[in-house]
Amino acid sequence: MAKVKIPENKVQELRDLCKNFDNEPGELINVLHGAQGMFGYLPAEVQEIVADEMNVSVAHVYGVVTFYSFFSMLPKGKHPISICMGTACYVRGAEKVLDEFKRHLEVKVGETTPDGKYSLSCLRCVGACGLAPVVTIGERVYGRVSPEDVRGILEEY
Amino acid sequence: MNLVKLTIDNKPVVVEKGTTLLEAAKSIGVNIPSLCYMKMDDMNFENKPGGCRVCVVEVEGRRNLAPACKTECMEGMEVHTHSVRVINARRTVVELILSDHPPECLTCAKSGECELQDLAQNLGIREIHYTGEQSTYKGDQSPAIIREMDKCIMCRRCETACNEVQTVGVLSAVNRGFESVVAPAFEMDLDHSVCTYCGQCVAVCPTGALTERDYTWKVIEALVDPAKTVVVQTAPAVRAALGEAFGMEAGNLVTGKMVAALRKLGFDYVFDTDFAADLTIMEEGTELLDRLNRHLNGDQDVKLPILTSCCPGWVKFFEHHFPEMKDVPSTAKSPQQMFGSIAKSYFAKKLDKKREDLVVVSVMPCLAKKYECTREEFSVNGDADVNVSISTRELAQLIRNANIDFTSLTDENFDNPLGESTGASVIFGTTGGVIEAAVRTAYEVHTGKTLEKVDFEELRGMEGSRKATVDFDGLKLNIGIAHGLGNARKLLEDVKSGKSEFHAIEIMACPGGCIGGGGQPYHHGDVDILKKRQRAIYEEDAGKPIRKSHENPFIQELYAEFLGKPLSDLSHELLHTHYFDRKKKAEVK
Repeated sequence: MAKVKIPENKVQELRDLCKNFDNEPGELINVLHGAQGMFGYLPAEVQEIVADEMNVSVAHVYGVVTFYSFFSMLPKGKHPISICMGTACYVRGAEKVLDEFKRHLEVKVGETTPDGKYSLSCLRCVGACGLAPVVTIGERVYGRVSPEDVRGILEEY
Repeated sequence: MNLVKLTIDNKPVVVEKGTTLLEAAKSIGVNIPSLCYMKMDDMNFENKPGGCRVCVVEVEGRRNLAPACKTECMEGMEVHTHSVRVINARRTVVELILSDHPPECLTCAKSGECELQDLAQNLGIREIHYTGEQSTYKGDQSPAIIREMDKCIMCRRCETACNEVQTVGVLSAVNRGFESVVAPAFEMDLDHSVCTYCGQCVAVCPTGALTERDYTWKVIEALVDPAKTVVVQTAPAVRAALGEAFGMEAGNLVTGKMVAALRKLGFDYVFDTDFAADLTIMEEGTELLDRLNRHLNGDQDVKLPILTSCCPGWVKFFEHHFPEMKDVPSTAKSPQQMFGSIAKSYFAKKLDKKREDLVVVSVMPCLAKKYECTREEFSVNGDADVNVSISTRELAQLIRNANIDFTSLTDENFDNPLGESTGASVIFGTTGGVIEAAVRTAYEVHTGKTLEKVDFEELRGMEGSRKATVDFDGLKLNIGIAHGLGNARKLLEDVKSGKSEFHAIEIMACPGGCIGGGGQPYHHGDVDILKKRQRAIYEEDAGKPIRKSHENPFIQELYAEFLGKPLSDLSHELLHTHYFDRKKKAEVK
């Protein structure tokens, strides 16, 4: 894990975010949600500041961050790819689609390509089960994706 | 009082509302097996996540089995703790836990003391019907504690000890599902975390997931080296618990047998950390009076209250969490380290040996002592003042290894000069003891009068945080006592905000003080064991001919021959230390 230096104004912004939730330990998830919105991900340094402000241990913050798949400790790529692994998508072959993305991008789930262009993650149901299997890239939604489509989709970016 | 009536295994029982089925059953002699559950009254320790499901029972009229540790008794309940349905469920639960547990019982450090092993044995599990993937995690070896999380069953007791009792905040459950594990932040090693090595996580771990770093082999190597003179020191709390490791009732004092066993093991000199505890009182007590007198004379720079500094877990705690107050605790080294310094200077000189020719081994009820003796400031040119620190449990191991029949040993006495001690030093082993010992000496030095009654009952007890006022012939000394780092934190917050009215505060990291240390024979959640050890400590004090540190003739000789007087230049060099600001950011790997 590389050391990240957070600019001083961002640190202040993060502290203000915690204050907006009254530094209430019960609001930790909301604070982390906001912090991820601010930085795009939750590096160790951000978690340390949040722990300090909210008066909880860093271990506890890390525990929450690693429990919820929404939170990420790695920066997302410019084009974040999410493959739906919900029941409908799964039974219609989402895993094969995921394998194809992994093969093309040479990254594992939760990782970002070295050039920072793509990141790969899984999610559970986007509410478009009729289009299963579903892949989202940024704000765009791709439906009825087959492994053969993957290459073409990536070439759009 | 609101009472409810119910039956457990067809036996009627009346309990207070709010009582759990587990507690109600226990009150009528029905021991429902449990695993993750652990509760210690007086210690602020309660762990009942209801996670393991071993304690499930059948409640008539309910569809599902109920976890006894979390289910409250209700009027008219009919509970069955060993119906076929319950037994089948319980066996399945334990088999599933075992299916994800390394089958290493024969070589596991916890074998014989493992609650999972006992449970499987008590349920008569002879086969595991489930096979599948086993969770594996990287190991972690710190100077004091070893984590083998493959053996973790996620009972979360260590988290409760670390976060709720100690408020150290190193351990948390991280990740999810099959990947979940109890770990420090960012899964860093303990060594890089804010761990104090108090070892309370080890003391409550039901399996071999958390154990002490074993240094028994280093001791054996030293003992067989003809070029080395091997000196051993034993902490006060060890003698009040060592017997338990040999099947003796808790609270049996085994001082004489322990000395005999150490001599049989081949130590050249069997000395007592208690001697160094008397020395600590001379230095710390003088420092207290010095600060107090300057304070009373209007010196604004002097820091009060003075905080004791015998406990390395506590020292590391304030270095991490309250570094801005690092000039408040006494500068006196802990007895373990004072002993090391004196053994390798004064005593080495008496033997006409170089310090490097001496190996100092300490036997401690503590795991933090293993870390303490590795601190750089406690060595000279790379030679540590205390070379090896082993726990009470490790000493028991060495004794068994040497084929010694411990219970039949005849009592022997410590060697001199570093083996003579007073009743004041013995009580260092329990909460309240260090400050009582300090008061006994400080009173006489301050007032110039003889203290007739040396027992200060007001300083004794098991409450996590206590206060008392001691009358020094008109001068009212306010004394605070905390054991358990969570209780210490509260007192410290008051000191920090200027609200504290205390002149002196004694702090011990472990609940109960050293008698409840992380290196003691496992108590398995039984607080009575700690209370019996505490009684044994006071018993030993009461039976000592000398009960004030400054009356120890060998302490007087040490000052006359070598140190001069307390707080002399040489005392400062050998017996005092300084503290570090460790509030740096966690080291991310």
